[in-house]
Amino acid sequence: MGHGEVWTLKEFFVYPNEYIYWSIQIVMYPFMTGLVAGAFVLSSLYHVFGLKQLKDIARFSLVFSLALLPVAMMPLMLHLQQPLRGINVMMTPHFTSAIAAFGIVFTTYGLIVASEIWFVYRRFIVESVLELRAKGEKTSAEWLKLTIYSVLSMGAMDLSPEALNKDERAVTILAGVGIPVACFLHGYAGFIFGSVKANALWMTPLMPVIFICSAVVSGIALCLLTYILTMEIRKLIAAYNRKTYPKEQHPSPEELGSVELHVVKTTAKYLVMFLVLAITLELLDLIFRGYTAVRSWDILRRVIYEKDFVKIFVLQYGMGNLIPFLLFLVPGLTVRRAAVGCALCLVGIFMMRWNVVIGGQAFSGSFAGFMEYKLPLWPDDLETFKEGLMGALMVAATPFVLFYTITRILPVFGVKDSH
Amino acid sequence: MINRRQFCKRAIIAVGGLMLPLAALEIFDPRTLQAEKETGNKTRWGFLVDTRKCVGCGFCVKACKIENEVPYDANVTRTWVERYVVTRDGKTYIDSPKGARDGFTSPKIDQNHHGMHEIPPQEVTKAFFVPKLCNQCENPPCVQVCPVGATYQTEDGVVLIDRTWCIGCGYCIMGCPYSVRFFHPVHHVAEKCNFCYHRISQGMKTACVDACPFGARSVGNLKDPDDPVTRIIMTERVSVLKEEYGTKPQVFYLGLSKEVK
Ligand code: SF4
Ligand code: SF4
Repeated sequence: MGHGEVWTLKEFFVYPNEYIYWSIQIVMYPFMTGLVAGAFVLSSLYHVFGLKQLKDIARFSLVFSLALLPVAMMPLMLHLQQPLRGINVMMTPHFTSAIAAFGIVFTTYGLIVASEIWFVYRRFIVESVLELRAKGEKTSAEWLKLTIYSVLSMGAMDLSPEALNKDERAVTILAGVGIPVACFLHGYAGFIFGSVKANALWMTPLMPVIFICSAVVSGIALCLLTYILTMEIRKLIAAYNRKTYPKEQHPSPEELGSVELHVVKTTAKYLVMFLVLAITLELLDLIFRGYTAVRSWDILRRVIYEKDFVKIFVLQYGMGNLIPFLLFLVPGLTVRRAAVGCALCLVGIFMMRWNVVIGGQAFSGSFAGFMEYKLPLWPDDLETFKEGLMGALMVAATPFVLFYTITRILPVFGVKDSH
Repeated sequence: MINRRQFCKRAIIAVGGLMLPLAALEIFDPRTLQAEKETGNKTRWGFLVDTRKCVGCGFCVKACKIENEVPYDANVTRTWVERYVVTRDGKTYIDSPKGARDGFTSPKIDQNHHGMHEIPPQEVTKAFFVPKLCNQCENPPCVQVCPVGATYQTEDGVVLIDRTWCIGCGYCIMGCPYSVRFFHPVHHVAEKCNFCYHRISQGMKTACVDACPFGARSVGNLKDPDDPVTRIIMTERVSVLKEEYGTKPQVFYLGLSKEVK
């Protein structure tokens, strides 16, 4: 069977070699990359523009973007027919190709995030080393921790005010440099699609900008949602601790709760701002296509208004954009409402990626027929695993596992950093 | 809030950061592609299809599959033949079952998911066949987008794929406006017609040209004015497919009808 045949359903006339070649993993790719970029932009709002209210969530989202980073290339690897040759992109970059820049941009960005985190956490790392060293009897876990922190400190043990000041400056610079690189990382994911002239739906210079705006929305939404969930879990743990160890000092639920609402409200403002921008651009694109109505508009219109109507107008614009928009704007925002809004936003952005990637392949290059992607739910073989629901879920779950692991070493709450 | 001074400072940092990845952008230079092509080569392979002669027997498709080892039963093919049936009410029906490997044996039109469509003979105003293959474009988007250079253009204009280097990303498949590319079911790399490069570079004809009993297909050197193919292209009304994409196809058609997609 040809690649793609299992999940492609053809209608009317489609060229013999046409199948849905870019399946769920290529939906996951811009979705995950968008989350990385968005999480980073959120953390930079505090570091670069000094929005003090966002301090708590800034560190949270910075670490989260580190956890998301490796996941940005996972879908690509899962999608390649020859994954073992993925490294060829770095060995013979063919610079007329939009994908070829991936390795370079991705590495640059990874280094920026890693170094920013290092500067943010340097004080914590050094203090941990000193503390652990001072301890007499050490358990093996403590030895392990000491080793990890010693390596992470890279010998930079200076904790003088000047040194900490320098750390802070470095963080600001890296966060500043990081914003455009993060936008570029994602904008050019949009360029990968937008530059395909053979595809009538993708071919628009707006694609990179639309991708960036929705990336920021999704990144903020995910960070906020995870933040809320983590806070809830912390409250539960605190309550449990208070019951089991009543003698010790524990933060009260009110304490934890009020911090939360404050952060949530501020963050939500930025989310709404980028949401408006994203929707405006997308609608502009849609209206422009209808207004100019070039040759491909006939088939595009059928895909947009007939075949994919539910996916585009109900799931993406309605459920994913309009409802969260209202949830955030109606006064008296509560944490719970924000959580629902964020979750819906994520659904909306995911659907946007889906509608671009899969929707872009929904019509034949002959403009005479259609194709539909039947997402393989249960894997029968490696191919249907990789490019089906299971593969997508695997990709989606990885950042949380990574985030958990990283926060064992670099906790995101209750840390004194150089700021 | 930040003051103007701080804002300027931060803006400079942001712009600096932008320069870094932008340095990578400089490389999207189409002129390098052009420069690679301006060689004093004596050969430029081209193809001529006479749609008036094609009867839709599918011998070419069969021969191609065998010659180039594309699994015979797989629903992908390097070359195929389309059937067009135009009815009195102005509708056009197209099909190409299995790429027309077995020829068109039934008057019913294959509408894929919608089953077979039967058209009463008296409704038909015209019907014809159009063979398709890779156009070996002068300005091939597939070469442009390949991230590793596995798809490349030879000096005599044929676009080839290096099977040992292709990573199987499918970007070239997306980039080709003619949808001639697919993944080889055995090798799992991008695949397409290469004008039987192993044959033409040895002075032979392509397998499909040899297999066509009606002379609907021919291959020739466009730089040789005495080549019969070149003579026809120079003197008759030929057309190419999807000219609007700017790919400059080098497969020319005689008697192309406006319905052809
Ligand atoms: S027809 Fe398609 S595969 Fe062939 S050279 Fe042109 S773009 Fe490339
Ligand atoms: S599938 Fe292979 S030939 Fe095509 S663009 Fe990707 S690496 Fe290049």
